[in-house]
Amino acid sequence: MSPLPALNDPMLPRPFRIERAWRELSDTFSLYLVPQKGAKGFAYRPGQFNMLYQFGVGEVPISISGDAAEPLKLVHTIRAVGTVTDAMAGLKRGDVIGLRGPFGTPWPVEKMAGQDVVIITGGIGLAPLRPAIYHLLANREKYGKIIILYGARTPNDILYRRELEKWRGRFDISVEVSVDRAGHDWAGNVGVVPNLISRAVFDPLHTTALICGPEIMMHYSVKALNTAGIRDKRIFVSMERNMKCATGFCGHCQYGPHFVCKDGPVFRFDKIRKIFSVREI
Amino acid sequence: MVKIKGLDRMLREHPFFEGMGADVQGIVAGCASNARYEADQIIHHEGDKADRFYLVRSGVVSIEMHVPGRKPVIMDTVHDGEVFGWSWITPPYRNSYDARAVQLTRLVVLDAKCLRKKMKKDCAMGYELLRRFIPVMAHRLTSSRLQMLDVYGSPKRGG
Repeated sequence: MSPLPALNDPMLPRPFRIERAWRELSDTFSLYLVPQKGAKGFAYRPGQFNMLYQFGVGEVPISISGDAAEPLKLVHTIRAVGTVTDAMAGLKRGDVIGLRGPFGTPWPVEKMAGQDVVIITGGIGLAPLRPAIYHLLANREKYGKIIILYGARTPNDILYRRELEKWRGRFDISVEVSVDRAGHDWAGNVGVVPNLISRAVFDPLHTTALICGPEIMMHYSVKALNTAGIRDKRIFVSMERNMKCATGFCGHCQYGPHFVCKDGPVFRFDKIRKIFSVREI
Repeated sequence: MVKIKGLDRMLREHPFFEGMGADVQGIVAGCASNARYEADQIIHHEGDKADRFYLVRSGVVSIEMHVPGRKPVIMDTVHDGEVFGWSWITPPYRNSYDARAVQLTRLVVLDAKCLRKKMKKDCAMGYELLRRFIPVMAHRLTSSRLQMLDVYGSPKRGG
């Protein structure tokens, strides 16, 4: 990890310049940010997020999707789903946005050493997990099996497709992709991503699972992992709620007794199992 | 379709029959045969008589819906150690989807007429088969429901 310090005032957005902006999918894009002249970068850990501020429009929480070992190359992958993210989709090289962070709990990448690791993700959920994957691959010798199970809507909606193909080409990890529907031009898996779990081979007593995706997908993934013999305390999920202050003051992202921005977004599943299926939360 | 030796062993080794008594397995094996499909070969069409069900030994089978005016849509893929074809259990015994080999695929094919006859005669054997089939059907139903939710589709617009 980099020795760079975290930013000081958590409520004060710092200006960051867009070094590069590119489209990932029809509604999804990535921004590579660098600090404005004179400003410092900061260290972060896989799974953390930043609050990105589009001046004059608003602020949104976005997971960091780059490599935490290279914190100066700060990458965020964003899906245009509303006013702020729509505006961000129009940003180009040289434009400036505000940034606060990093916030939240990370994936427990160091604690997983010696274990098999199963990563289950779908849609844009791969973005918050990519820094963890980079860490695992950079420290490959410290882990047992590494299995990545990724689900997308159609073959055209596969995020980071080139990287998934590259990872799949390695001899030391297993990558399976499934789509919800496809035509004859797709020769891969079709079906929901939790179905891939029963086909994966790992040692359930010595496996840690990381999950990020739509909550209903995480719900069925946890079920499938439990059936495969992985206990809740070895399952970590990244939750998404309406984060505003990102420091646990405003209560917008309250999740039972937790604040997702401060106590999460990454939770050990046994800590939230009781509230995970409560509809009102 | 060619009958070959060793079907007993193939059934015994297939996860669907795990833990099944040798006597029942023997009865089922009497209705079994071996089949091989090349990549892209149709195994059955929607509306065909559902007179077989299939155990995948190796390969991949796609479950497809034919939508008039559109290209076929693959709804699911079935892999090594899994089964497909449940229309043989319920009248009118017609397949409800197309099945196609995505790659070279080896199957154990079970003759549904033969099985239905034996199940009618031997209720214990019938129960044994159904208690294995029903969880597969339930799992497929749950998966289909989850697919219908279109969880990766455009979310409610927000920030």
